[in-house]
Amino acid sequence: MADRRNAPPKLAERLLNWFVKDDLAEEISGDLEERYFEDVKEQSSFRAAFNYWYQVIHYLRPFALRKSISITSMNYAMYRSHFKIGYRNILSDKWYSLMNIGGLALGMAATLLVGIWVYDELSYNRKFENYDTIAQVMQTQHFSGEIKTGVNQPMQLAPVLRTTYGDYFRHVVTSSFTNNELLTIGENRETKITRTGNFMEPGIAHILSLQMLKGSRDALKDPTSMLLSETTARALFGNKDPMGQNVQIGTMIEAQVGGVYKDLPLNSDFADLTFIAPWELLKTTANFEDRVGWGNNWFQTYVQLSDNADITQVSTLIKDAKYNHIKNDTNAGGGDTKPVVHLHPMEKWHLYSRFENGLNTGGAIERVWMFGIIGIFILLLACINFMNLSTAKSVKRAREVGIRKTIGSFKNQLVFQFLSESLLVVALAFVFSLLLVLAGLLFFNDLTGKMMVLPYTNAWFWLLCVLFIFCTGCVAGSYPAFYLSSFRPVKVLKGTFGGGKGASNLRRALVVFQFTISVVLIIGTVTVYRQIQHVKERPLGYDKNQIVYVPINGPEVRNRFETIRSELLLSNNLEEVAASDVLVTGTVVTNSGFDWKGKDPAMNEEFRTLRSTHGFGEMIDWEIKEGRDFSRDFKSDSLAFVINETAASYMNLKNPVGEMVQWGSMGPFKIVGVAKDMVTNSPYEQIKPTIFTLHYGGFLNFINIKIGKEEATQEALAHIEKVFQKHDPKSLFTYHFLEEQYARNFIDEERMGKLVTFFALLAIFISCLGILGLSVFVAEQRTKEIGVRKVLGASVLSLWKLLTRDFVVLVFISCCIAIPIGYYYMNEWIREYSYRTELSWWVFAVAVIGTLAITLLTVSFQSIKVAVNNPVKSLKTE
Amino acid sequence: MKETRLGEFEEVILLLVGILEQEAYALKVADEFESQTGRKVSIGATHSTLDRLSKKGFLTSEMGKPTAQRGGRRKRIYTISATGQKALSASKELRTSLWKQFPAFINFTFQT
Repeated sequence: MADRRNAPPKLAERLLNWFVKDDLAEEISGDLEERYFEDVKEQSSFRAAFNYWYQVIHYLRPFALRKSISITSMNYAMYRSHFKIGYRNILSDKWYSLMNIGGLALGMAATLLVGIWVYDELSYNRKFENYDTIAQVMQTQHFSGEIKTGVNQPMQLAPVLRTTYGDYFRHVVTSSFTNNELLTIGENRETKITRTGNFMEPGIAHILSLQMLKGSRDALKDPTSMLLSETTARALFGNKDPMGQNVQIGTMIEAQVGGVYKDLPLNSDFADLTFIAPWELLKTTANFEDRVGWGNNWFQTYVQLSDNADITQVSTLIKDAKYNHIKNDTNAGGGDTKPVVHLHPMEKWHLYSRFENGLNTGGAIERVWMFGIIGIFILLLACINFMNLSTAKSVKRAREVGIRKTIGSFKNQLVFQFLSESLLVVALAFVFSLLLVLAGLLFFNDLTGKMMVLPYTNAWFWLLCVLFIFCTGCVAGSYPAFYLSSFRPVKVLKGTFGGGKGASNLRRALVVFQFTISVVLIIGTVTVYRQIQHVKERPLGYDKNQIVYVPINGPEVRNRFETIRSELLLSNNLEEVAASDVLVTGTVVTNSGFDWKGKDPAMNEEFRTLRSTHGFGEMIDWEIKEGRDFSRDFKSDSLAFVINETAASYMNLKNPVGEMVQWGSMGPFKIVGVAKDMVTNSPYEQIKPTIFTLHYGGFLNFINIKIGKEEATQEALAHIEKVFQKHDPKSLFTYHFLEEQYARNFIDEERMGKLVTFFALLAIFISCLGILGLSVFVAEQRTKEIGVRKVLGASVLSLWKLLTRDFVVLVFISCCIAIPIGYYYMNEWIREYSYRTELSWWVFAVAVIGTLAITLLTVSFQSIKVAVNNPVKSLKTE
Repeated sequence: MKETRLGEFEEVILLLVGILEQEAYALKVADEFESQTGRKVSIGATHSTLDRLSKKGFLTSEMGKPTAQRGGRRKRIYTISATGQKALSASKELRTSLWKQFPAFINFTFQT
């Protein structure tokens, strides 16, 4: 206590003496002490001390600061010398610098690419002005124990939302699903293009805040006028003015161009909305009346909330919007499926699109996280290389540190020196990585199926880049800087310095870390490819080869189907022609409202259905297990079903053939046959209960044609085109192979596989660069030892063993750590597919053996070189 | 070129240095400023102004004798230079001349 009263606070005094100019120190500390003692007399010692601090802080003024502290007089010469020494160090050992900078550049490039990708994913849909208030209406329904959530809505929903809940919404819009439509113009419909677009209610123009280049957003209010996107307008009209021109959509609908809007952003869910036709027009199309019930969830509903509405509140308020209208309506199922209507905000469409048991459980965001983390790990690998190489090289620089310290350098100055050196290296690496990104962006876009560009013009991007360089420099350079600067000059200069055990242990740990990540990525790659291969090899149960399909554009083709069929079959190359409502590679249509004898009354059944003309089953070469196929010989087959095996067991029928089934108000249908299970929906999923039935009406959407001999495909296609042009001159003739359609099932998975491979390769390459550098260093360290060993009779093989053993052990440890991690994560991933491969032991064996082989190759490269060296050379130097 | 006009704070500090004579060192000037004006000021701020005034040539300074009171440290005593006095009287003249032209002052001198 007495002590404290006798002297001002020590720390403040030291602080003052540290920053204040020497020639002012005396008078200032004198003044402050005098004031302190005055204060002590009058006030508490605490108050006095506090006041002393206050006064010290108030001396932080330019006039009183030391030169070395004040910013205006930075010690440029010293910093310049740091960078100069760094630069010379880079040049002095080019091999080492190349590995260092090259590895870092690769790592940074990968991280940059991932960064751009993550940014692109996160900025999805964000360009819309009303991003915060747009939502899509979802519907969750219960089907015999399964809870399903989807965007499909009945068209009656939007009007209900508008009238009953109107206060909460600014706009409510019904929309069709995005469809490929034929657009034609001209007297004889000579200009034809196919574009994707929707039929939507007028509010959509405001919801999406379309930027009108011509016309107004309200054009859609006129049920005869449509909007075109800029590119669609140009494709149709070239440089002519499209306004007011007549466009035919499909073969039935006509509309005038009422406006042209700027193309919607590519990374948005509306990217392929290249034309918008008025909803009212769709109502005029054929068999529309079939779709109008509350039970037909054939459309989508988009809303924009009013300014004060809270989305979660509104979402709960509207939950019974559908149920209230159908609970007493048996035609619409009477609410058996307990439909719950809720809102899905735009910010969640892209990244949180998965619903399980009616709850939003994530989606693409998991992939964003996964690749984000992989990107950071790859950067870490590159940083570890840098750390390992610099600490390994430290022996060479130990003398420099010793001298600097003897001359009077402080530890902090040395830390700063080494940090600035690593910043220099990182900055160089960044320049290279930018070049790499520029060169690799095309390839990466191809890989990810995106159209990303580097945002050069964005100041934030460059700011982030600087931050990125700084962070990488600090992560990579901090450990070497503290390690190198802590050398004791006496030891170093005496020559008793050995590199440090702690440092080499840390190097080992870091190498283990690197290889653990690499091995996990390799396991991932192998598993992803195994899964793709496994699913590709899945027996489909039908033959999709040599089948082409032609979309039906209008009722003319449907009405003249028989004529078209017989004319097509005139060619010997064509084996069979049959029309269907969906493709056999993706039976997306589901139906309910079936009733049969012995059905559990509580069951809310749901079947996949496929309507087709005769001969379809034969064409795909299905196998009938019981009963028979549809036949033209039985007139009664117009009311017949063929079901698959899964459907038979789903319906709990022992002898399904001959059973009668009621389908809503239609029927009864007689089950005439049971077909062997076929993979007609996603090949990753279990086979669904499916019903096949004959149909010759408005539901037919595709004409499937089986081509005979493969050699004659070209001729056959020419014949098909001729026939279609004769009978459907208004349409643009297009065809696709079923095979291609099926291959689309794998696009996402193959993309993921390629990305993981890309990163696994990068990781293993960077890690190998690291151990290559280390092996060079180790070999250099032990040149003399190896010389002596050779002189004493060691063989090249034993030397090779000596030099590689350490690394192999490290990689082996990494494998041991990586296998459980890899197993855990790949098990999680693969569980999402119901048709999946097993994680067999050999996947891990391949990863381990592969990594060991690569390691051995890398390390041997150097160790053999050293082992065969003439010992005379290495021993003669002293 | 150094700025040679006086700011309000500078003028007061300069006057205080004149008043304090032999006791005019940073701490005392700051204390005097507080007691005369009732405004708080840190020694650092005062010191910085004194330093600035010296650079402008209005003040000269020299180190005084060491005192036991302050751990044997010396203090820097400031004195007004000839230019300093000139600047002060110029400033005073300007004010008086301005006050004289102010009609309210002439008519209602002691109203408040």
